[in-house]
Amino acid sequence: MQLKSKDLLGLEGVSREEINLILDTTESFHEVSERSIKKVPTLRGRTIINFFHEPSTRTRISFEIAAKRLSADGVNFSKSGSSFSKGETLLDTVKNLEAMQADVIVMRHGIPGAPHFIAQHLDAAVINAGDGAHEHPTQALLDMFTIKRHLGKLDGITVVIVGDIAFSRVVRSNIYGLITMGARVILVGPPTLIPVDIEKMGVEISYKLDDVIDQADVIMILRIQLERQGKVCLPSLREYAKLYSLTPERMKQARPNAVVMHPGPINRGIEIDPKIADGDHSVILEQVSNGVAVRMALLFLFAGRKELTEKR
Amino acid sequence: MNSAKRVVMKSKDIDRIMSRFAYEILERFPNRENLAVVGIQTGGAHLARRLVTKLEKLENRTFDFGILDITLYRDDLALEKNQPIVRKTDIPFQVNDKEIILVDDVLYTGRTVRAALDALIDFGRPKRIALAVLVDRGLREFPIRPDFTGKEIQTISGETIVVKLTEENEPVDQVMLIRED
Repeated sequence: MQLKSKDLLGLEGVSREEINLILDTTESFHEVSERSIKKVPTLRGRTIINFFHEPSTRTRISFEIAAKRLSADGVNFSKSGSSFSKGETLLDTVKNLEAMQADVIVMRHGIPGAPHFIAQHLDAAVINAGDGAHEHPTQALLDMFTIKRHLGKLDGITVVIVGDIAFSRVVRSNIYGLITMGARVILVGPPTLIPVDIEKMGVEISYKLDDVIDQADVIMILRIQLERQGKVCLPSLREYAKLYSLTPERMKQARPNAVVMHPGPINRGIEIDPKIADGDHSVILEQVSNGVAVRMALLFLFAGRKELTEKR
Repeated sequence: MNSAKRVVMKSKDIDRIMSRFAYEILERFPNRENLAVVGIQTGGAHLARRLVTKLEKLENRTFDFGILDITLYRDDLALEKNQPIVRKTDIPFQVNDKEIILVDDVLYTGRTVRAALDALIDFGRPKRIALAVLVDRGLREFPIRPDFTGKEIQTISGETIVVKLTEENEPVDQVMLIRED
């Protein structure tokens, strides 16, 4: 079993076998992160460029640590302090990065499709670390890995995703991935934050968290992205919190073994109560640890191929 | 292209070798407390597990046991067209100051053992590492030799040694020499 594409641009169209390969490979790298010497020589001499055109803490540092644990050389580069301010085009910039023998370019960009655009023009592998409100495949993979570790499977489980469906790239990647793996996905949020026709992706919709919370094996809370939609879609944050916030009271209706997830960063007290975020059901910090293992697996699978070396 | 297959070892041969290894190891490693067995994925891991069972029966105590996947330490990753499957590594004991018996099914170029040594050393500083192999087929490319050898079989390149074990859902244990003409 091998991955079909040279790039990981999204989980749309990625097969069940490919996702299983990535999750199984992640299992092996998870072990490396638990050793006292957290480093293997696998990607010695490979160059990985983290190109972040939008702010990021978790994803960027996670990719950086993943590259270091595989002995690859990681270089970080962000919008500020680069030649974007001098008017260089995106394509020129990435062509220059490739001319410096980058093997993998990890890219976050505010415009949906930006990684897809550069991937067409580069021999290097491109990994999408979030493009606008489109996809964030590495987050969905680490979510699925975390779920699988807790529930033992993805097939047949029910995942309730709550919050800002319209502006979330995490949710889109998770829908593609979870549906492919045979999970049932229920989206919950105010109508203004649920896109028209999203049922066509194979999901169910509910406007009330209280109606569906008891069916959930996994409750995935999304961040209200105040920087994206402003406050236009919500009457007030207080009203949102009243209807959708995951509070201890609401959690009483959930199954005793339900798992609570959040891709971070958390708005404490808005979409999730601190008591739940730090409580027994929460696997939020585990998601972060697993993120490193998933990204190690992806760098291994995408950076080590022979075609890359031969083109040089 | 024709290929000739010859069975060079059967189930009882393999079992006898594992028993012999157990006695030889106990003779040459008097300090039982520090002894640990580590098998290289996948064939070596199964043989190592069998060896541990024999050691435990003889000594009536448990021995530390681990499995090692060497994919991340291979020297030919950049030469492979596709990435090989990474399997599980599980060393559930402290490696420091241990006397480790490293087990593999076939010793050939020595590159796997080189990688396994690097991998083991990343877990700590063992006092000593000894190598036990079921088959030594010669044609070494690295200065590596086994401490415990099941059987030496002289081969030429183009020939393959295939070790079939019941743990891998094979009907019977068997070692075969396959020659492509």
